Amino acid sequence: MRCLRDEGVEYLFGYPGGAVLHIYDALYKQEEVKHILVRHEQGAAHAADGYARSTGKPGVVLVTSGPGATNAVTGIATAYMDSIPLVVFTGQVMTNLIGDDAFQEVDAIGITRPCVKHNFMVKDVRDLAPIMRKAFHVATTGRPGPVVVDIPKDITAHKAPYVFPKDPTLRSYKPVREGDPAAIRKAADLLAQAKRPMVYAGGGVVLGNAAAELTELVRWLGAPCTNTLMGLGAFPATDPLFVGMLGMHGTYEANMAMHECDVLLAVGARFDDRVTGDLDKFCPNARIIHIDIDPASIQKNVPVEIAIIGEAGLAMRDLLAALKGKGVRLDEAALKAWWHKIDAWRERHCLEYDRANTEVIKPQFVLETLYRLTGGDAFITSDVGQHQMWAAQFYKFDKPRRWINSGGLGTMGFGLPAAIGVQLAHPDATVACVTGEASIQMCIQELSTCKQYDLPLTIVNLNNRYMGMVRQWQEFFYQSRYSHSYLEALPDFVKLAESYGHAGLRIDKPHDVEAALKEALGRRDRLVFLDFITDQTENVYPMIAAGAGHHEMHLATDRELA
Amino acid sequence: MRHIISILLENEAGALSRVAGLFSARGYNIASLTVAPTEDPSLSRMTLVTSGSEGVVDQIRKQLNKLVDVVKLVDLTDNDRIEREMLLIKVCAEGDERDEIKRLSDIFRGRIIDVTDRAYTIELTGDGSKIDAFISVLQPRRILEVVRSGVIGIARGTVTCKSDAS
Repeated sequence: MRCLRDEGVEYLFGYPGGAVLHIYDALYKQEEVKHILVRHEQGAAHAADGYARSTGKPGVVLVTSGPGATNAVTGIATAYMDSIPLVVFTGQVMTNLIGDDAFQEVDAIGITRPCVKHNFMVKDVRDLAPIMRKAFHVATTGRPGPVVVDIPKDITAHKAPYVFPKDPTLRSYKPVREGDPAAIRKAADLLAQAKRPMVYAGGGVVLGNAAAELTELVRWLGAPCTNTLMGLGAFPATDPLFVGMLGMHGTYEANMAMHECDVLLAVGARFDDRVTGDLDKFCPNARIIHIDIDPASIQKNVPVEIAIIGEAGLAMRDLLAALKGKGVRLDEAALKAWWHKIDAWRERHCLEYDRANTEVIKPQFVLETLYRLTGGDAFITSDVGQHQMWAAQFYKFDKPRRWINSGGLGTMGFGLPAAIGVQLAHPDATVACVTGEASIQMCIQELSTCKQYDLPLTIVNLNNRYMGMVRQWQEFFYQSRYSHSYLEALPDFVKLAESYGHAGLRIDKPHDVEAALKEALGRRDRLVFLDFITDQTENVYPMIAAGAGHHEMHLATDRELA
Repeated sequence: MRHIISILLENEAGALSRVAGLFSARGYNIASLTVAPTEDPSLSRMTLVTSGSEGVVDQIRKQLNKLVDVVKLVDLTDNDRIEREMLLIKVCAEGDERDEIKRLSDIFRGRIIDVTDRAYTIELTGDGSKIDAFISVLQPRRILEVVRSGVIGIARGTVTCKSDAS
């Protein structure tokens, strides 16, 4: 407990069980660390993750051995794929029982190994404080990630004098901070010659708290900037230099600009397959500069000309200084022509949808209204699927850490528990969970946690009775054979919310959308579950089919894809 | 291309499985892998032989370096180096064959380390090609069992793969 306090831990998300009873007893006797009791260990990991994403501080989880640990694995893997700092304490059976298939025993170290940054097993109570210190150090430095600490029950029964270890360093772990000055000079030289520059910024900018540096650099360059799904908010979405998200469901202008740019500056982004599409057709005209804290992200999927390994903020600060030091600006005429081209792509209005429809609720309309009513300043968590893409497209994030979603692993069930962590970290903020009727049911039990801690979330359930993204792919690529993507026997979400002690509203007409959202967002005393019955046939556009290039987008106007 | 990588890693339970798990999870090849403690009991030395395109091997090195238990990594392929592997081979040796096998073993500077009236067990060290050659000359006879240690290697000259801290 003192370790946690000294690390500045505010909340511990957990669920008790046999192997962690000693720890829970210690929790009972103190008041500094607040414990949040979830209803399922997956929820604990996601809630801690939401807390971490929205604050930048590590999220902390405590679960018991066996099923407690395995239930947390999905949440740990989710954090791992998005490089989120978590410290997860798993209980373990007594040291003398390990390996005996004891009750609630599982090899938590082995099971979590491929989805953690590192893990530790504590074998001696005297190692507990140093290991905890190292766990927080590893989780939060370099490229962040989850760290698991497995603690056998007998270790928590022993006593040892507590000394806060000052130095958490490990001889084998030394993350780089500052980028190589020679590489930065080369990058400045290359950028200064660009005729069609493009900045592609990802989640690393958010994680590295480098949004200000990015904004300053992009504005100085006067270049278009796109963000990945994980990077939304790293550059202000309402800035005229922002061309929207890129990738499979990115905007026409962002993807076309990627295709035609001559110098690409990639920052804190990892050239994920959902971003690049066909690698052979990716940025065919560009010389690429890549800033990343993880050397293994460099040259992994895409060959780059200049690699700068270091913290995004420091690297961009140095890069901007190098550019300014050169005393030259980018070729103004070329830049003007480049923007002329981009503006023409913008004229395609790729996110257009049927706004005139007064009969059926278009999901995009709900999100646009949500954006308008919250002034773009809410924390939005999301689950995974069509609603996630529409939220990413239609909610314009001007600030980092406002958009909380599972990008890498794509974990359905993430949104609601993540919103719990966000709301606890920001008690006065507006927090909305954008979800669908399929995703929300994967962690629906956390509605109970929301009640216990009086969290006034707004749940925006876009209910089209289908696993929408699965249905969309089946329509396009499987000749509309909707195999097992239709959800029969859905619960009555209004009654369900009410039975958990919340308010629920069903909305099925476009003209009721605004009033319902206003009511939900205005209520600070309770959670409101909004069940929007939306158009069943709506698809997410633009779309780049898997394996196609950025210039091969399909827009809503040409519905035929396959 | 074949690469031989020397790694110093924390001598801790689970360190080996982190390396092995990395290779299986990311679909990299392992041709051989040896591991034993070093003169510093807190460190193990692992020698790993892998193959792949330059891009893949570059990723292998980077991913290995990312493991928190890896203290130092050197790709010996970049250096002038010495490689050794040990072979223990049990071969059927009866009648006239007994002398012939003894002669072959001497030519390869092997040592017969166990004898029965029907079989020899021979110990041989050398680089991989020497071991392969010896096995192939024995091939026409009845080989009962082959045990290879996997490759170990060291750079020539003063180049070392040692922990900076030690």
